Amino acid sequence: METTTGRSEPLPVVSPAPRRRRWRLFALREDIPGRIYFALGASFILLILLIWTVVTHAELIDPLFLPSPAAIIAEGIAQAQSGMLWADAGASIYRIVVGWLIATLFAVPIGILMGNFKFFEAVFEPFIDLVRYMPVVALIPLTILWAGTDDSQKFLILFIGTFFQEVLLVMDNVKSVPKDLIKVGYTLGMGRFEVLRDIVLPASLPGLWDTFRITLGWTWTYLVVAELVAARSGLGRRIMEAQRYLATERIIFGILFIGLLGLLTDYFFKVVGARLFRWIKER
Amino acid sequence: MDQRTVNGQRPKVTIRNLSHSFESPNGSLLVLDNINLTLADNEFVSIVGTSGCGKSTLLNLVAGLIEPVAGEILLDSKPIDGPGRDRGVVFQSYTLFPWLTVWKNIDFALRKTRLSRAEKDELIRHYISTVGLEGFEDAYPNQLSGGMRQRVAIARALVYKPEVLLMDEPFGALDAQTRGMMQELLLHVWETHRTTVLFITHDVDEALFMSDRVVVMSARPGRIKLEVPVELPHPRSYEVVTSPQFVELKLRVLEAIREEALKTMTAAG
Repeated sequence: METTTGRSEPLPVVSPAPRRRRWRLFALREDIPGRIYFALGASFILLILLIWTVVTHAELIDPLFLPSPAAIIAEGIAQAQSGMLWADAGASIYRIVVGWLIATLFAVPIGILMGNFKFFEAVFEPFIDLVRYMPVVALIPLTILWAGTDDSQKFLILFIGTFFQEVLLVMDNVKSVPKDLIKVGYTLGMGRFEVLRDIVLPASLPGLWDTFRITLGWTWTYLVVAELVAARSGLGRRIMEAQRYLATERIIFGILFIGLLGLLTDYFFKVVGARLFRWIKER
Repeated sequence: MDQRTVNGQRPKVTIRNLSHSFESPNGSLLVLDNINLTLADNEFVSIVGTSGCGKSTLLNLVAGLIEPVAGEILLDSKPIDGPGRDRGVVFQSYTLFPWLTVWKNIDFALRKTRLSRAEKDELIRHYISTVGLEGFEDAYPNQLSGGMRQRVAIARALVYKPEVLLMDEPFGALDAQTRGMMQELLLHVWETHRTTVLFITHDVDEALFMSDRVVVMSARPGRIKLEVPVELPHPRSYEVVTSPQFVELKLRVLEAIREEALKTMTAAG
């Protein structure tokens, strides 16, 4: 208020009492401070944990239906100490990585063909859309018939669950490359293959990376389905087995652990993507 | 710098009886009707017209990106067949490769040449300074303003020395001030590097300010309605737009465009 008279004076060293900023937390589409954003997410999880703790310790719910958070943690520690957790996680991660890699190995070239050539889109899309709506769980009997009961059956389930979605995302990634970039390639005297390799592919890489992140998450969600039958180890297997003994804390721990691993995978892809594709960032 | 001979008489580009139509659900739609136009060597020709008159289609045809339904286009008396490195194109949309720096975007255009690395570097350096982007060699397109991106696109289209430069409303997406600066820059580049330019725009001032000749196209189907030679001396500076000669030319072109705009309005209404 005093500064209105002193036009050319240097700014006061001691800043005047800051005007109370009104946090407009509910302004339409406006940003909110980063710390508040983070705190809101953390508090909600804490709130759930709190309710969970209160409800279970007050014995409002039979532990058979919902064990206390402490019981879940104890279950986790026990599994980690016995080594079962690491063996399960190892078996599951191996299946997911292989299943997802096979799906991706097919989805990327086929999706690129579909996104660039109407011919291949016309050939593959109706079939893919048909399979995409088939429930993966219902395919278990067939996969056993075709692939037996060892890990290759798990790979097959994860492949079916992932590939048919991933290939359409890859097609869209490729299609979103502006046509004018392709035209520039032609005017520079490049052939179709060169344009595909040196313009379309690098231009769609960030989108492809995001597709990898999303589809790997989907592969995680198919883990339990994949380990439903004839698996001796695996995080999904442990959950199904716990159902038989009504070991609810084991079920809940397993679900949470899978969620956590999925979250870590997602984070990994985000961090690596941000480093790989720095050129996306605007000023 | 420029090893080509300056000869105003020799036709560089000849467009002969060119017609084009697009297929639409309601049948074939004629967009260009019997266009005849010649560009002399090192001539700067602008095409103006209402939107939808087919001026961008004409540029795409000369670029070889689409094939005409009838007629032919000759470059140095040879018919063009598809796109090629003898014609450089600058588009209205930002077409820099976002994963390459300014330097590498321009270098990309030189990949088909047999120049040594040192010769390429020399050329790139020259054209970066021509468009005034020294210091931005390692910037990525997303870090640049719209005007800067189009300057890189111009450098990329010039660096491999195409015979003809085709520009499709390159400054159409820029704000008025930036557009003015870009026009002066392009005119200066052309005055120093002389090449044949076909420039598409709907901005009459822009066309008259830079061109040797302004061609007005009629509303769809596009025909050549008026050709106006612009005999303003070079080098031109921005004040030229207030000269009586400029204003008189502008009036002629505006009247021709207005007539076409009215036609489309009454046809639509």
